[in-house]
Amino acid sequence: MNERRQNSSSEQRPVSATGGTEAVSAWGIELRRYLSIYGMLWRNSVVREMGFKVNFILWIVVELLWFALQLAFMAVIYQHTSSIGTWTQWEVVMLQSTSHLIQHLFTAFFLNNMTQLSELIRTGKLDFMLLLPVNTRFLVSFRQVDLGGFVNAAAAVAVMIYAGNRLELHPTAAQIVSFGLLTLCSILVHYSLMLILASTSFWTVRAQGIVWGYYNLFNIARMPDAAFRGFFKVFFSFVLPILLVANVPTKVVLQKLNSPTEMLILVLLGFVCFGASEAVWRFSVKRYTSASS
Amino acid sequence: MLKYWHVLNIGLQNTLVYRVNFLFRAVFGLIPLMATLSLWRTIYAGNTSNDIAGYTLAGMTSYYLLVTLVDMLTAVAEDDWQIAADIREGTLNQFLLKPIDYLTYRLCLFGAGRLTYTAVALIPVSIFILAQRQYLVGPPDAATFGVFVISLLLTALLQFFLSYTMALLSFWILEVSTLIFIMFAFEYIAGGHLFPLDILPPTLSQILHLTPFPYQLFFPVGVYLGRIAGEEMWRGLFIQATWVAILYGVARFVWSRGIKKYTAFGG
Repeated sequence: MNERRQNSSSEQRPVSATGGTEAVSAWGIELRRYLSIYGMLWRNSVVREMGFKVNFILWIVVELLWFALQLAFMAVIYQHTSSIGTWTQWEVVMLQSTSHLIQHLFTAFFLNNMTQLSELIRTGKLDFMLLLPVNTRFLVSFRQVDLGGFVNAAAAVAVMIYAGNRLELHPTAAQIVSFGLLTLCSILVHYSLMLILASTSFWTVRAQGIVWGYYNLFNIARMPDAAFRGFFKVFFSFVLPILLVANVPTKVVLQKLNSPTEMLILVLLGFVCFGASEAVWRFSVKRYTSASS
Repeated sequence: MLKYWHVLNIGLQNTLVYRVNFLFRAVFGLIPLMATLSLWRTIYAGNTSNDIAGYTLAGMTSYYLLVTLVDMLTAVAEDDWQIAADIREGTLNQFLLKPIDYLTYRLCLFGAGRLTYTAVALIPVSIFILAQRQYLVGPPDAATFGVFVISLLLTALLQFFLSYTMALLSFWILEVSTLIFIMFAFEYIAGGHLFPLDILPPTLSQILHLTPFPYQLFFPVGVYLGRIAGEEMWRGLFIQATWVAILYGVARFVWSRGIKKYTAFGG
């Protein structure tokens, strides 16, 4: 409720400059408007999270525990082998923490919003969002921020720095910048895939099984690409493109990339997935028949 | 006894409604399994000897296939969430008024849920196992297989009593899902889900065997594969049965304490 009132109040501002002369400044105003809306959504999320402090902390503990578990699994494996394909132990640690970073930035911004879409559709609450003078996809995607995600992302960065030290890496500024940009592409891939999956709830009422399945896909995202060969490698690189998302940024930092092709593929994947998700979203919203009276 | 037969029947009908959901679960559940198997295959390909802590590649694949089977037959799926919701939302009231034992009632529903899930999951799981059949080894002999079946039953009971007790914590705490997830994490690693426990350093493995977790999964799988045999097998079976008895006692105790705290929310 609160959310809605704040959104409509920010809507009172002039939306577009009159006449076509000031297209650029109209764009600027539009952007400012959306940023201020997003600011409000952030404030709401913080207030909501702080209402359940113990739960908030316990969820962070759960996620950290799972992260530790994955690292422990790799530690056990490296007790018995010195490498997986071309990957050594600390390189894999780097990969796991990169994957964790991407997963939790995605969680912080999008995951809750995506899993709630089916509920919005089932209860007909989506009606209100369609009526607001804001881009509905924007609202559906950014409604809530999960602050715990940032804590876990920070933990991932800490492990990355430690692994980097063990590997005696001295990444250049260019490497760090391209790591950051590729990470953004990876989050875009995750977000687009998840929106496509969540959009199926316009047809099936309970899409929870599908959304749950996405957790399993994260398990593949954190595997070194060398672990897959043949059919699986192609399948998880292009059909369900989740193998590259953590591997490519990691390989940039580790200087394991032989050619820039993989970087290009990931960037392209980001755009293709985003385009596909926009098409699916538009197509799905057209199908929307409100659940309420 | 007849009334619990009816509960089982109703449970079967209820869970059958979610068969598509179950199918998705089973299919998506195979994805991490494929990833793990793929990972091990690469590791074995890079190793000079075909032996890691006494496991050949076929043995290792067998291990994970068996884990999938045991999990399908015995894992608690939704039961703990439902019990927690019953307590939180006050639906428990109706059971307190009826001449029915809640634990037995829940156990029947758990059994019904597993039967349906197994029936549905059998399709994707058996296709998957058939595709890997050259890696699947049989049990060493009929007696071992018998012990495996008994320990499978005990595993199911162990899993159920543990989840039941965790869910009963809802009497005291509003939101138990985080606790259930933390527990699940321990089960996942100490139960042998991620890797066979006997590839761990022996001391670590021995420490884990002091907890009930290895008897929730690793033990029956180890028996089937013939890795736990002879005297060790019988001792394991005894310890497993003891854990079942202990956890049953704990479940009853927690219930009797909790029901006194129960505020019957929702009236």
